[in-house]
Amino acid sequence: MDPECARLLPALCDVLADPRQPVADDTCLEKLLDWFKAVTEAGSSLLLLQDHPCLVELLFHVLKPQDLSSRILSFVLRLAGIFAAQENCFQYLQGDPSLFVASAAGQLLVRVLDLALCGPAEGHISLQAWDWPACARKIVCHLEDCLRSEATPRVTQALHVLTTAFGHCHGLWTQGLWVQLSPLVARLLEKDPVPAPHALVDLLLSVARSSMLSSDPGLWETAAQTLSRLSPTQAGPLAAGILKLQDCPQALRIQAFGVLLQPLAFVLEATAQAPGMPGLLEGAAGDLMAVDTLPPSKSACVGLLCSALAHLELLQPLPQRPSPWPQAPLLAAVVAILRLCNGSAAPNSEAGGRLCAMLGGCVRVQRAALDFLGVLSQGLGPQELVTQVFAILLEYLVSPDSSPTVLKKAFQATLCWLLSSAAPPGCCDLEPYAQLVLGELLSVLRKRLCSPCWEVRDSGLEFLTQMTRHQGGQAGFRQALLASEVPELTRQLLQDPESYVRASAVAAVGQLSSWGLLAAPSSPEHAATPQKTPLEELLLVLTTDSEGFPRRAVMRVFTEWLRDGYADVAEDPERFVARVLQAASGDLDWEVRVQGLELALAFLEQLLGPCGPSAVAPPGALAQALQALCRVQLFEFAFRSLFDCDRPVAQKSCDLLLFLRAKAIPSSNSQEAGDGPDVTSVEAALRRWQAGEQGQPLGELAPEAVLAVLRSMDLEALQDTLAESSDHVERSPQSLLQDMLATVGVLGDNEADCY
Amino acid sequence: MKLYCLSGHPTLPCNVLKFKSTTIMLDCGLDMTSTLNFLPLPLVQSPRLSNLPGWSLKDGNAFLDKELKECSGHVFVDSVPEFCLPETELIDLSTVDVILISNYHCMMALPYITEHTGFTGTVYATEPTVQIGRLLMEELVNFIERVPKAQSASLWKNKDIQRLLPSPLKDAVEVSTWRRCYTMQEVNSALSKIQLVGYSQKIELFGAVQVTPLSSGYALGSSNWIIQSHYEKVSYVSGSSLLTTHPQPMDQASLKNSDVLILTGLTQIPTANPDSMVGEFCSNLALTVRNGGNVLVPCYPSGVIYDLLECLYQYIDSAGLSSIPFYFISPVANSSLEFSQIFAEWLCHNKQTKVYLPEPPFPHAELIQTNKLKHYPSIHGDFSNDFRQPCVVFTGHPSLRFGDVVHFMELWGKSSLNTVIFTEPDFSYLEALAPYQPLAMKCIYCPIDTRLNFIQVSKLLKEVQPLHVVCPEQYTQPPPAQSHRMDLMVDCQPPAMSYRRAEVLALPFKRRYEKIEIMPELADSLVPMEIKPGISLATVSAVLHTKDNKHVLQPPPRPTQPTGGKKRKRASDDIPDCKVLKPLLSGSIPVDQFVQTLEKHGFSDIKVEDTAKGHIVLLQEAETLIQIEEDSTHIICDDDEVLRVRLRDLVLKFLQKF
Repeated sequence: MDPECARLLPALCDVLADPRQPVADDTCLEKLLDWFKAVTEAGSSLLLLQDHPCLVELLFHVLKPQDLSSRILSFVLRLAGIFAAQENCFQYLQGDPSLFVASAAGQLLVRVLDLALCGPAEGHISLQAWDWPACARKIVCHLEDCLRSEATPRVTQALHVLTTAFGHCHGLWTQGLWVQLSPLVARLLEKDPVPAPHALVDLLLSVARSSMLSSDPGLWETAAQTLSRLSPTQAGPLAAGILKLQDCPQALRIQAFGVLLQPLAFVLEATAQAPGMPGLLEGAAGDLMAVDTLPPSKSACVGLLCSALAHLELLQPLPQRPSPWPQAPLLAAVVAILRLCNGSAAPNSEAGGRLCAMLGGCVRVQRAALDFLGVLSQGLGPQELVTQVFAILLEYLVSPDSSPTVLKKAFQATLCWLLSSAAPPGCCDLEPYAQLVLGELLSVLRKRLCSPCWEVRDSGLEFLTQMTRHQGGQAGFRQALLASEVPELTRQLLQDPESYVRASAVAAVGQLSSWGLLAAPSSPEHAATPQKTPLEELLLVLTTDSEGFPRRAVMRVFTEWLRDGYADVAEDPERFVARVLQAASGDLDWEVRVQGLELALAFLEQLLGPCGPSAVAPPGALAQALQALCRVQLFEFAFRSLFDCDRPVAQKSCDLLLFLRAKAIPSSNSQEAGDGPDVTSVEAALRRWQAGEQGQPLGELAPEAVLAVLRSMDLEALQDTLAESSDHVERSPQSLLQDMLATVGVLGDNEADCY
Repeated sequence: MKLYCLSGHPTLPCNVLKFKSTTIMLDCGLDMTSTLNFLPLPLVQSPRLSNLPGWSLKDGNAFLDKELKECSGHVFVDSVPEFCLPETELIDLSTVDVILISNYHCMMALPYITEHTGFTGTVYATEPTVQIGRLLMEELVNFIERVPKAQSASLWKNKDIQRLLPSPLKDAVEVSTWRRCYTMQEVNSALSKIQLVGYSQKIELFGAVQVTPLSSGYALGSSNWIIQSHYEKVSYVSGSSLLTTHPQPMDQASLKNSDVLILTGLTQIPTANPDSMVGEFCSNLALTVRNGGNVLVPCYPSGVIYDLLECLYQYIDSAGLSSIPFYFISPVANSSLEFSQIFAEWLCHNKQTKVYLPEPPFPHAELIQTNKLKHYPSIHGDFSNDFRQPCVVFTGHPSLRFGDVVHFMELWGKSSLNTVIFTEPDFSYLEALAPYQPLAMKCIYCPIDTRLNFIQVSKLLKEVQPLHVVCPEQYTQPPPAQSHRMDLMVDCQPPAMSYRRAEVLALPFKRRYEKIEIMPELADSLVPMEIKPGISLATVSAVLHTKDNKHVLQPPPRPTQPTGGKKRKRASDDIPDCKVLKPLLSGSIPVDQFVQTLEKHGFSDIKVEDTAKGHIVLLQEAETLIQIEEDSTHIICDDDEVLRVRLRDLVLKFLQKF
């Protein structure tokens, strides 16, 4: 601890111990804790306490009953935990109603346990808890009492403490603790209703993930029992957690999978038009579980379906996902859910009718189902089902009732399915069916691009951009797109009143014209005025748009065009780069300037070869390149950016110049600063820039002068300075202590302030 | 209390409520879907329509070919369009005391009722309802009268002939009662019978009931009605909306504690969300115009069009449509646009505050100022000079059977570049389009109906908790096309009572109380006696005076003093000259104690028998029987008056007198 902080500490401790001087803001305390953690990690905490008796005083002071605020209490408890206090004297606080205090006390108990049972003595620690040191025994007794208690909050507390213990501690003693307490945990399952189901699930998962305990067969038994005792909603997270485990008994996995599939199986059952369709649970869990009824209330039913869909969505891409994966019934179930939501399902059963009424128009379920449907595109299904998938997706895209967020998901899912339907790699045209869908899709897209709702126009454009990126080269797609009015509409959306839409339109125009899909408009009234090229249109956006998003989008498109050798750019890249850099350098948006540097870097790479250890460019090419770079005024832009008031710009520029120096100046050569041209005027200008006087122009720069300046500049030092965050002064512990002392007692104003 | 259901149309209701001594008609909607069976009335001679082939029977008999024409497989009546009136035979309409109008769409049958049934009562409606209703009627009359039709078909209505016709003519109901449109004179006369009312205003009907209009949130001046007496309350909910559109929001709180809630006028398209439909409307409009096509919007001259214009006001610039002209063509276009701006007190809060800025509440004022929206009384005259394509035309009538819209259908129907967008939910768009087939024009159906949907209804009913709900039968089952959608029906406990056309419903509650006033001097003379804590009784001798359904108890008249006598008045003279009243008795007789008392007074050999209604006490020795029941006691003995009086007095000891 530096002396200045040591000087401030006693005053601060006084403030913290004084209930009349409230601390304005929790985050200070959090930061303070972080700092203490860092200090104790760096040196001995014992020394720290010895050197700063004020800390010990603070700890003792808190023990006296008084009106301390719960945040100070929690802070001191956690501080004590950090110092690994020897006494479990704060135990009585564990039942504090404040969540922070309770959780801090819980953590402290765990630390005390760990301290008492770990360390050099561990080898001698018996697995039998009654042989443990007194304080550990006391804690275990306390936990046992809690687990036996009828009061759910106490049970919850104990489960939380155990969860923390098994999650964070990996000593042998944890086995002993589990052996001792697991019967009590299992007994919780005999109660009706099961108390603290969430905490119980957390505990079981924490135990199952612990390498010390997962071999215990009793654990799996308890888990299986829990799965069957809890309601489907409560059991969902446990089931998902079990399925993510690398190894656990197959029977349990099947049972867990069954829990997740159950709601979908119910939907399938309730909406089945005719028997014959394989059920979801038949393959997965046999008849282990009867298809139960869904919860009666709408919100519970929606919640259950959403969480089941979300769990399955996360599970699908995992290597340890259940196998065989019931792809076809899952697809059928998701399609059925989507049909129930948009009212197109006409179930015969009573349960189906109930589902219809509960899910009709439910946006949450629609979103969850569409997300999952998108993920399911990674495995195909029988053609008949794929046809149904496309049909329902089209229904959603066409329906005026689809909310903007649902529509966005529908577009995303459609993209996934269209891409996955691209016929075998290499041949890369769409399947005939997907081709048909595409036609309808483009007519929907056409309408959606005219929607009065900007979110809809935006997601339509995003879809178009993605679709073009992947399919722009395929004849089927090109034909369909060119026959539609979509490209022309996209071009018109460059003038959209909403800046997000303009940005998306820029990206779409960029993609479309990369693939040569932006045909000139055919309507006769435009024929008189010559049509601007996409490049000119985007340049216009870059120079005139009042919002940052579209301009940033233009810069991204331009960088891509330069890299990919887009025809209009490749014609005269120098002119292109010069125009773009000129626009970007004057832009008020720092991200546009960063993008400008990115484009400059791309240009450099084209001239000098890609970034890498592979040495310096050959002298002839180098000279030519430097000439070109001077002509496009890249250096003026780069040097100016070096002193940009926005740090990311300066960093990017620094990287660019370092790259250029590595390419242009062999390291052995770096000392030959003396015999270069006179660069004093340049350096003087740079110094003024650094001082904030950006008005001064740099004037004509010769390649030699550039090299000389590059040699003379300490770019590495600059890079280091820039790497320090701009608020490194404000974030020092000294500043924190000063701030806290200064703001003591000023409570109220910023209580609502969230960090 | 009875409800006579004169219209089966759930959104164009016409019901008569008999409540206490009043006869109240609730709305008089006119079902205009009958006009769909007729050929359109073209403003400009249409060779296509006039050359349609006549229709002949299967056997080749062509005697109807003058009356019926065939177009693309559908048969239409070639005659002046006729409307299906509310039932006029179910109840003598001359006995109707008042007509309550809830919104301007629900008064279109008013002239038929007020001018042709002997009606002599009063009609109540809010000012915007009357003014806009007048515009709708004026437009209707104008549309029909300006295209005089020489022939009037009636042969096909003959029951025996109608049976032979193809659907839907064959199934049309009550064609014999269909009537031609009224005249402007009848409209004026009908409207002169209307008395204007304001929201929450209490209107006494003959002292018997009080009626109050409440804001219903559906249209300018639209109302629901409360009909209540001192002890009964009936709510009449007609077209209502909970969405934030231009009218004042719906007043739900005042509907609470109703004995009966009559529920009509729900959305006709329960599955279409108005917001989505407006979005759909805008997208399709933009797409068409961008392609150089024209957009035709068949609509009423008031209502949703205000909201559409407001949406377009926000949309056209963003969609790059600023240069596209919008035309609003109706004989009442100008009045409608101007009326909307002056009914500030009837508008939603947002629009009301604009008036104080001062700004016009609706942005269509600005559209007109900037020449983006132009309005014309008809396609003739100025319009033909200004007409520029591509354009967007708003015009009536939504049935596509008369009005300027007929001309545009004929003009634009042949090109697939053009689009007709249906926004009014009252007519099936496929039926509306039938006489224009084959049609190249694109057709988009975006019905915008802001009235309550079933989810909102179920929330409303939970909130206001009426004892009974009465609604058209269509609302008590899912729509026929979506029979599995159990959510698309009124769901309440006890289940709603349903009605259909020409049905009389006895409403399920009985009146149990009536309020009677007591004059102060009479009240002064009463001597109440507490018979149990909180309940006092007093006998009243008075004259019940009933006038205008108000009941008043007045002191009885004094006996006429003998004239001439100068005798000093004595106190006893003040006592009214009526029979000395026997005191009233209350209480019950405890049999055991009564028997003990009898024994104490020397009766022996007493036997008690329990009966279904009470007890019989037998005094065997005295050959006497005392029959004690809940509300009577009889002493039966043979001619022994002394014994009877003795026993009577013993019985009376157990009872209270006053």
